Amino acid sequence: MDLYNESQKRKLEFTTRRHFLKQCTTGLGGIALSSLMGPQQLFATNTNPSFDPKNVPHFLPKAKRVIYLHMAGAPSQLELFDYKPELKKLHDLDCPKSLLEGKRFAFIQGTPKMLGPQFDFKQYGQSGTYISDALPHFSQIVDDVAIVKSMHTDEFNHAPAQLLLQTGSARSGRPSMGAWVTYGLGSENENLPGYMVLVSGGKNPSAGKNAWGSGFLPSEYQGVQCRNSGDPILYVSNPNGMSRDIRRKSLKAINDINESQYKEFNDDETLSRIAQYEMAFKMQISVPEVMDVSKEPDYIKDMYGAKHGEASFANNCLLARRLVEQGVRFVQLYHWGWDMHGDSKATSLDQGLKTKSEEVDQPMTALVKDLKQRGLLDDTLIVWGGEFGRTPMRENRGGVVMPYYGRDHHTEAYTIWMAGGGIKGGISYGETDEIGYYGIKDKVHIHDLQATILNQLGINHEKFTYNFQGRDFRLTDVHGRVIKDLIV
Amino acid sequence: MINTHNFTYLGFSIFILLAFTSCKQEKIDFNAQVRPILNKNCISCHGGVKQSGGFGLVFRENALGETANGKIGIFPGSPEKSEMISRVTHKNTEMRMPLERDPLSKEEINILTQWIEQGAEWEEHWAYLEPEKAEIPDLESAWGNGEIDAFVYKQMQAQGLSPNVEADSYDLVRRVYLDLIGLPPTTPQIERFLKDTSEKGYEKLVDSLLASPKYGEHWASMWLDLARYADSKGYEADRGREIWKYRDWVIKALNEDMPFDQFTIEQLAGDLLPNPTKDQIIATAFHRNTLNNGEGGTDNEEYRISAVIDRVNTTWEIWQSTTMSCVQCHSHPYDPIKHEEYYTSFAFFNNTSDWDVPSEHPIYREFDDIDQKELEHVKKWVASVASKEEVNKWERFVHVQEPKIRPEDFDEVSNTVHYNRAGQDYMVISNNAMIKLKNVPLKNVDRIYLNYNQHGKPKGRLVIKADSINGSVIGNLLLNKTQGFNNVPIKINTNSELADLYFVFESQNEDYKCFIDGFLLGEKLPAEDHKYHTEIYNKIDKLLNTRAKYTTPIMVEKSKDFSRVTKVFDRGNWLVPTDTVTTSVPKLLNPNNKQFKNRLDLAEWLVGDNNYLTGRVIANRFWAKLFGKGIVMTSEDFGTLGDKPTHPELLDWLALNFSNEWGWSVKKLLKTIVLSDTYKQSSVISKEAKDKDPYNQWLARSPRVRLSAEQIRDQALVVSGLLSDKMYGPSVMPHQPDGVWTVVYNNDQWITSEGEDAYRRGLYTYLRRSSPYPSFISFDASERETCLSRRINTNTPLQALITLNDPVYFEAAMNLAQQVDIIEGGKKEKVNAAYKKVMGKKISKEKSDILTHLLDDTEAYYSEHKDEAFELIQSDDLELASLTVMVNTMMNMDEFLVKN
Repeated sequence: MDLYNESQKRKLEFTTRRHFLKQCTTGLGGIALSSLMGPQQLFATNTNPSFDPKNVPHFLPKAKRVIYLHMAGAPSQLELFDYKPELKKLHDLDCPKSLLEGKRFAFIQGTPKMLGPQFDFKQYGQSGTYISDALPHFSQIVDDVAIVKSMHTDEFNHAPAQLLLQTGSARSGRPSMGAWVTYGLGSENENLPGYMVLVSGGKNPSAGKNAWGSGFLPSEYQGVQCRNSGDPILYVSNPNGMSRDIRRKSLKAINDINESQYKEFNDDETLSRIAQYEMAFKMQISVPEVMDVSKEPDYIKDMYGAKHGEASFANNCLLARRLVEQGVRFVQLYHWGWDMHGDSKATSLDQGLKTKSEEVDQPMTALVKDLKQRGLLDDTLIVWGGEFGRTPMRENRGGVVMPYYGRDHHTEAYTIWMAGGGIKGGISYGETDEIGYYGIKDKVHIHDLQATILNQLGINHEKFTYNFQGRDFRLTDVHGRVIKDLIV
Repeated sequence: MINTHNFTYLGFSIFILLAFTSCKQEKIDFNAQVRPILNKNCISCHGGVKQSGGFGLVFRENALGETANGKIGIFPGSPEKSEMISRVTHKNTEMRMPLERDPLSKEEINILTQWIEQGAEWEEHWAYLEPEKAEIPDLESAWGNGEIDAFVYKQMQAQGLSPNVEADSYDLVRRVYLDLIGLPPTTPQIERFLKDTSEKGYEKLVDSLLASPKYGEHWASMWLDLARYADSKGYEADRGREIWKYRDWVIKALNEDMPFDQFTIEQLAGDLLPNPTKDQIIATAFHRNTLNNGEGGTDNEEYRISAVIDRVNTTWEIWQSTTMSCVQCHSHPYDPIKHEEYYTSFAFFNNTSDWDVPSEHPIYREFDDIDQKELEHVKKWVASVASKEEVNKWERFVHVQEPKIRPEDFDEVSNTVHYNRAGQDYMVISNNAMIKLKNVPLKNVDRIYLNYNQHGKPKGRLVIKADSINGSVIGNLLLNKTQGFNNVPIKINTNSELADLYFVFESQNEDYKCFIDGFLLGEKLPAEDHKYHTEIYNKIDKLLNTRAKYTTPIMVEKSKDFSRVTKVFDRGNWLVPTDTVTTSVPKLLNPNNKQFKNRLDLAEWLVGDNNYLTGRVIANRFWAKLFGKGIVMTSEDFGTLGDKPTHPELLDWLALNFSNEWGWSVKKLLKTIVLSDTYKQSSVISKEAKDKDPYNQWLARSPRVRLSAEQIRDQALVVSGLLSDKMYGPSVMPHQPDGVWTVVYNNDQWITSEGEDAYRRGLYTYLRRSSPYPSFISFDASERETCLSRRINTNTPLQALITLNDPVYFEAAMNLAQQVDIIEGGKKEKVNAAYKKVMGKKISKEKSDILTHLLDDTEAYYSEHKDEAFELIQSDDLELASLTVMVNTMMNMDEFLVKN
């Protein structure tokens, strides 16, 4: 919505609704979250099509919201999902030239050795899906998820690959998926940002904040990062010593003055300013509430493995559920530290990958189960995966043997999983060759994944464009096709 | 001209015939009448790339050609033979164009029919045509004081609008301060202006603002958005980049009102000017603001190309508002520019010697005082024995150390490995390694510098042979352990002027290893027999390896003997190079087929007489900054799909004057605009104007525009008296909450600047691309990843939270509160005084009552909650606490955040 359209909308509201801060003459401290988070839908688009230049959704959506669990650093598919007994047999043999010629790798040089899977696999569920021993919890929910084994990408370095995945382009400057989605669909809750980002693992992803930036879309669509310490959202708290009561009085004065200004200048954008300050006040109440997981019952916290005060993936999964419950449109999680090159214990497949898997296995499983038991899984799409895969060869950086088992970056094939939001459960989609080097059936490119995610939200990725620098841009650039076989 | 079939009407009276033909046969204006129909209805399927049914409307030759079904799309002179007409009028909706959309109106079909009848002549898009000196509308009106007003008034009248009254003096003075220097006026400044009741009072004010050093700081923000200036390199680790000297160059150039043509040439090609000065070389950092990918394992050539692509796109966007990026992968879908023409542009920028390494070479190295003294000594000596040109050459050689012959230029190698990933970019040399350079010009060369790094102790030897691997030895060097990469001179003894050189590396130690980054050809220092000749040489060699105090990445052209070849990338994919191309600009913009040699030619052409776009594009950019939007709203796109100018004659008038009469003086351009009555109108919106012109396209009022991110912060610091006047220097880090920077593989810290550096103008704030200063990004500032023509203002609750709660704003509020606290008088007086400091004018009674009431309320509250008051301001002064709340409130008023 541009500023003009927004101001028009605010004008309508102004004439039809009494002022929020005026109604609340007794202070707002006691007002429960629920009443603030009622079905206001101020920002939700399509209540008045004349305000919506994009005409989305293009068709009836299956998913209303997305939780994207991005495993930054790129987990090894060969240790977690893509079971390759043949690769075990080839362990420690020289990699054939045919797999190396004409290929560019980040670190592999000369002739590396093949590297067998470092974990055992078993079959689970009615679907008989193979899952590695590294994911004991996840193996219980295989019938609820679709595992895509034939993902492939164009980029073999983290930052560009993460950008390609999150923004559709390997170069900085494009809007992220969440920005596109909130630009198209708005938020279901005006008191919370429509696109929120939670980071764990100790570091931001390689692509930095560009991974949740708004690119050339207006900045209001950028992901809002929830912080692990201090203000949960930057500047949401009043300065020390300024109580909510004082803030309310101050905001009332601001809005009274702005009304007087409106009378003088007759500029509808002043009404937008008034609404902006009201929303800021509501956000000051709703953000700390929704971010406070301490009120969750113990059995729920245990289910996720969430512990108060930790900046963990478990806490973030629980927060993600709370956020989508409150109508946040797109929740993006990053869990850093999957880059297992084998140059240290922490980046080894047998040790480092095990630790990382333990960090995510229980919480991601709990998230699926929890959404399911609340009836939210049907219209919430969950996507889990990294930015690329790992080579079936052992990394030999600089042509020498690494101290631990590790794999280099691999673009040709890797695995992600999806659940809910109209995605089939209990299926595996796509196949790789017997060593997991190439996808050989039903290959899915990053742009296909993006097209499919948008499709579940009711958006035709080819029609969903934004003009910048004189050119119509799409999330999927000029590519992408919806993977129909994944859809219920 | 009378068309043949009109003769069937000869039976009519001459009068009727004439009336009829003049009505029917009026010449159709392609740009005004036909192009809009094509653009709206046809071009998305029948463009330059997508040519459905084999029919495309971008190039005339395509449109007149045979379509896929063998019919002719447009047959000049014969609408009935033109498939286009038959399809837009088709009865069958499955055949009718535009497909699945409403049919064209009768009138539209008539226009197309007549246009084809008249020969289907193409006309260039307006932006590519020579601007005409428009006649100034002579309107009998009391309103307006010059040409701008005449053009604007004419359009206003055409729209049934009338001009607004002049703005209230207080609003006007605040507006012109914010527009010209980016800061609000202080109360004394306002009063000084109001006291000057002379006829030229306003003009004098404008002159003084244009002369203020703060002018350059303000306008630099706009240019730095275009130049995508930042203090970090982007991508993964996003390490710091030292390039603030370029930012300072922009500020100075703007303050000196450097003519825009020179401003252009120095940034694009300062290094190619004869005997370039240090400033002219620093200016070329403009195109070194591209991202640099230092992530482990990245292919440096891939990201070098990525930077070159960005330079092409940015250059075309800034100066020509032409969407060249469309042509990277295929011919332009809407404008007549062909795919290969992208790469003729690419060729201009493909021959600089930077290569995406973390060291950012080539760099301009500046020295500390001691080394600078040494250099002055060298310069003085050279000046005493040779020409000024020679001094300039040696100075540059020491500062820049280019042109370097790098591994990519090596003709043949053996026993070497070229590492070309991220920071590890060099040639690994083993025992018995050989490097061959072909056709090395040696005419004036008496030494070659080897740039190498040897970790281990084992000694090696480098022997240089000429003409063949068994040729005569012309130089040699003992290779020892080094501290990092060093430039070590090798004396050359040869008489040949051009030779193939063989560099052979030998060692007693089988495991010998060193790393080399290339060679510098050392030209002969003049006055060989002079007694200080050797001493000067030694000084130069020492300076080549000295540590620089400041470095700035710059553009350096590779020497012509080792230049890169540019190829067209198939579908934009650099891994699939095809035909070789050379430097040129698209035919569309270069109908006379002017030949181009290098970047300097390109830069001169951009601001040359025959370029009609630059004047329009740049004048429009400055207009847009003042009015919130341009005469062409899409300042980034003047092409077919961009918006048309609302005031085309005005745009041309501005462009012609800017580039000719005013000698590309930006200050004259701005002065002319802000002196117009159009600019000086009030921003109060009448009901009539709002209904007739909601977007304010016709300028019957001044726009109310929210201040920019930098202005909002600067203003808070000005009114509270905190703003530092300090100019230039490394970027600063004002207060930012902990934990905003958590970038992978990088331990750089945000260390809050001390003293006045915490209160510098916003443009000096350190801008890390992956993690920009939070409040700026929330207020729509650029992340500076790519060239940005227009910031899009948004309105979000997060912005309100910043001006309410960000400690920067709170501190400003408290500081101002302290100033009003000591004023004598009651609450009302204090409120009024604070308002005057904030808004520069007297407060209205209504607002004063609201704020006084707030002050009462707050004070009552704090007298009951003294601990909270103390927590707020760390003092027992209850009145100060409530005044702080009141000022914090004031600094969030709509009127404070916008310019009226």
